[in-house]
Amino acid sequence: MRIGVPKEIYDGERRVATTPDVVTQLKKLGFDVAVESGAGEKASFSDDAYREAGCEIIDSASDLWSKSDLVLKVRAPESDEAARLRADQTLISFLWPAQNTELLKQLTDTGATVMAMDSVPRISRAQKVDALSSMGNIAGYRAVVEAAQHFGRFFTGQITAAGKVPPAKVLVIGAGVAGLAAIGAAKSMGAIVRSFDTRPEVKEQVESMDAEFLMLDFEDDEDGAGEGGYAKVMSEAFIKAEMELFAEQAKDVDIIITTALIPGRPAPKLITAETARSMKDGSVIVDLAAEQGGNCELTVPGEVAHVDGVTIIGYTDLPSRLAAQSSQLYGTNLRHLLTDLTPEKDGNIVVDMEDEVIRGTTVCKDGETTWPPPAPKLSAAPPKAEPAPAPAPVKEEEPRSFVGPAIGMALAGVALLGLGAVAPASFMAHFTVFVLACFVGYMVIWNVSAALHTPLMSVTNAISSIIVIGALMQISSTNSLTMWVAAVTVGITSINIAGGFAVTRRMLEMFRK
Amino acid sequence: MINAGIVTVSYIIATILFILALGGLSNQETARRGNWYGIIGMAIALIATILGVVTAQYIVLLVALLIGGSIGLFAASRVQMTQMPELVAILHSLVGVAAVAVGYVNFMDPTEHLTGVELTIHDIETYLGILIGAVTFSGSVIAFGKLSGRISGNPLALPARHWLNLGLLIGAIWFGREFVLQSAAGGGMEPLIIMTVIALLFGIHMVMAIGGADMPVVVSMLNSYSGWAASATGFMLGNDLLIVTGALVGSSGAILSYIMCRAMNRKFLAVIAGGFGTGGGAPAASGGEDQGEVDPIEPLETAELFLNAKEVMIIPGYGMAVAQAQHTVFEITKTLREKGVNVRFGIHPVAGRMPGHMNVLLAEAKVPYDIVFEMDEINDDFPDVDVSVVIGANDIVNPSALTDPDSPIAGMPVLECWKGKVSIVLKRSMATGYAGVQNPLFFEDNTRMLFGDAKATLDEVLKNL
Repeated sequence: MRIGVPKEIYDGERRVATTPDVVTQLKKLGFDVAVESGAGEKASFSDDAYREAGCEIIDSASDLWSKSDLVLKVRAPESDEAARLRADQTLISFLWPAQNTELLKQLTDTGATVMAMDSVPRISRAQKVDALSSMGNIAGYRAVVEAAQHFGRFFTGQITAAGKVPPAKVLVIGAGVAGLAAIGAAKSMGAIVRSFDTRPEVKEQVESMDAEFLMLDFEDDEDGAGEGGYAKVMSEAFIKAEMELFAEQAKDVDIIITTALIPGRPAPKLITAETARSMKDGSVIVDLAAEQGGNCELTVPGEVAHVDGVTIIGYTDLPSRLAAQSSQLYGTNLRHLLTDLTPEKDGNIVVDMEDEVIRGTTVCKDGETTWPPPAPKLSAAPPKAEPAPAPAPVKEEEPRSFVGPAIGMALAGVALLGLGAVAPASFMAHFTVFVLACFVGYMVIWNVSAALHTPLMSVTNAISSIIVIGALMQISSTNSLTMWVAAVTVGITSINIAGGFAVTRRMLEMFRK
Repeated sequence: MINAGIVTVSYIIATILFILALGGLSNQETARRGNWYGIIGMAIALIATILGVVTAQYIVLLVALLIGGSIGLFAASRVQMTQMPELVAILHSLVGVAAVAVGYVNFMDPTEHLTGVELTIHDIETYLGILIGAVTFSGSVIAFGKLSGRISGNPLALPARHWLNLGLLIGAIWFGREFVLQSAAGGGMEPLIIMTVIALLFGIHMVMAIGGADMPVVVSMLNSYSGWAASATGFMLGNDLLIVTGALVGSSGAILSYIMCRAMNRKFLAVIAGGFGTGGGAPAASGGEDQGEVDPIEPLETAELFLNAKEVMIIPGYGMAVAQAQHTVFEITKTLREKGVNVRFGIHPVAGRMPGHMNVLLAEAKVPYDIVFEMDEINDDFPDVDVSVVIGANDIVNPSALTDPDSPIAGMPVLECWKGKVSIVLKRSMATGYAGVQNPLFFEDNTRMLFGDAKATLDEVLKNL
């Protein structure tokens, strides 16, 4: 099959749906790849680079659309792009079917198969296809870079000859993929990072990145984890407590990065105009939720606003501002999806609606809308509503009974006494030696290092052939049978003596620092 | 030539040297000296006995010593480190043969005339010496066959095998009584021979019933038996040197067996009773439920992961020995350490086919021993490990030992590599390990599978470093 990658026509979009690296991989799956001339230019991938990777470069978009069996895009198609789609074609791109119902209808009517990269189910197996996470990661990183650009100070604290510089304090609201990326980036630039999230289970992740997790002083243990590991709408009382926390934090921190999103709903307004104004002069707010209306009341989507000395960044195209990186990750996500779609690696895609990932991603097929998909069987983080499986019953260590050992010891004692009563003195002398030797052995062997257990076995093997003494005592016998048996025994045991010591020596020579 | 007093003193010196030899093994620095103590002790014991006890047949004696000694030295210089378990097993069998031979000769010796209780005790000693010697001999021969692949490693599960063992035991006791009674009347050869046959059968059956991965227990158990055989012979001959040495070796083997059993969280008797698992590694399905998908990795990407890591932990298993991959592992280790990656090794006590097997293999490949750690030493470090590499091991890295109380290996301490950032598991296929238990580690999100022969794939990784 032939894959076509058109140039993105959305204004300001710099990303491209595949990169020369990814093309090499796609060719291994049996696909031919064609790229519209200049498609990768803004992401720093030249036509020549694509050509080297084995792509065909096609000059006009209409040619590309008509010649391709499978079209890969980043942004949802514009309506004239959608009009080019034929029933035998497949389109894979971001689509946002919940927000773009009309587009979805138009696409359904073409009869083509359309897969939405934003509808990949959130299950472990699909992580490598999850483009939202890839883009979230980039957005989080870029948010910190943008904040640094507009923030007039260092992130890291320093003590210089010219005086002391305090480190910047960054508050990251929402510790999803983007939030965690922002925490990581801000932390590595040296800032003090705090984070808040309605889902308590992310506390551990935040703390693992060495950031401080802000706890809400809230009586009811409300858990904000919704289906699929995303956040859900919280109760009014919770939101009130949350807003108070932000208002208080805003006076202290220099930078706020908000990433709070609830799927399919406008972004919650977490930073009121008043809270934003209360921040120190020169402070920066980066609103990653700007596209969905913004978490801050003062956010102007797509713009940088300046209000009372506070800069509010409302860019909606942060991943696109890191075009080479996001194209690479998005292209790889697409490649993983295509790997799942071509089980035979023969360049022919099979849309298997039994496969949970493919089913969830496909939004329309054969003229029918297949979105929304049935609920995923497994969410990334199982909702707490299900009663947590009872902790594996820890086998209770049974209190050690004294009775057993006591009986054993008593029996052994009686047996020994009985033996002492009948056995001759010469036997008891040997028996004493034997028991003491067992104890000496016990004490000595416990000190042997586990690494030397093999040499221990070979050396004990060598010294257990001390049994040769027995044969030596017999070899002088005048009985020739006895003598010869003893001689053979001496021979056999000396194999053991020489072999055991020599191999032990060989092994010990090998142990070196 | 020298009197009995000097011989006894020499024996005391030899005993002390043997204890020092074992004590020396407590760490690598003193181990070599310990081995020399053992050699000197043995030499003193031999010379004292030859000069003080032997009165004739010096030439036969020297020839036997020379022939045996050269065979021993030859075998020791030729053996591959991966074959150590076989060598140790076959050497154990020699001690067993010697115990049987010395026992028979002693019984036939017409010069001893004991009566009453002394005779009974002496007969029991003889009987026990031969019994343990015969079990050690046949058991070790079978263990050798299994370890060298001449006999299938699968456990042989005869029907009613526990009853068979019990029958053999009762038979041995009954013939022991017959032997003591007949010996008092001047006979006793017949029951002694029948008992020897029973003991040989028992040794064969016992080891046949035990599967490949339980071999560390069997080898150390046979090690212990060879000691007890020497000790029983010592009682028979009234020789304290044999008693003490035998007791040292016997307790050493017993402790090793105990350590191995504890490392598998199994009862010693359960191991000996045998028949655990199917041994062959049935294709994964025994877990029943669908565990999800595994995420394969290529050698090239493995090399990249290595280069980007700070902490690498290598967990070798028997598969590394089978694939003879230890030298490649060392080359990778060396290359990475030169690049500043902290590579360490984590060794599970039962990895391999005998106690300490992995340590010897790594030492052979010149891996410095101060980067090789025991499970208990490094298990807490896994959260800081960037890449863990599991080479040919399965059950010793199975998380269900800790999480699933119904698992056949529940409670067995394991190397918790899944707590690290990424685990790479080298495996030939998705077959289960020895215990026949599916391993959830392979399905963890942070586990990548590198399929193929361990040596070939690691060579490929090395090329890309």
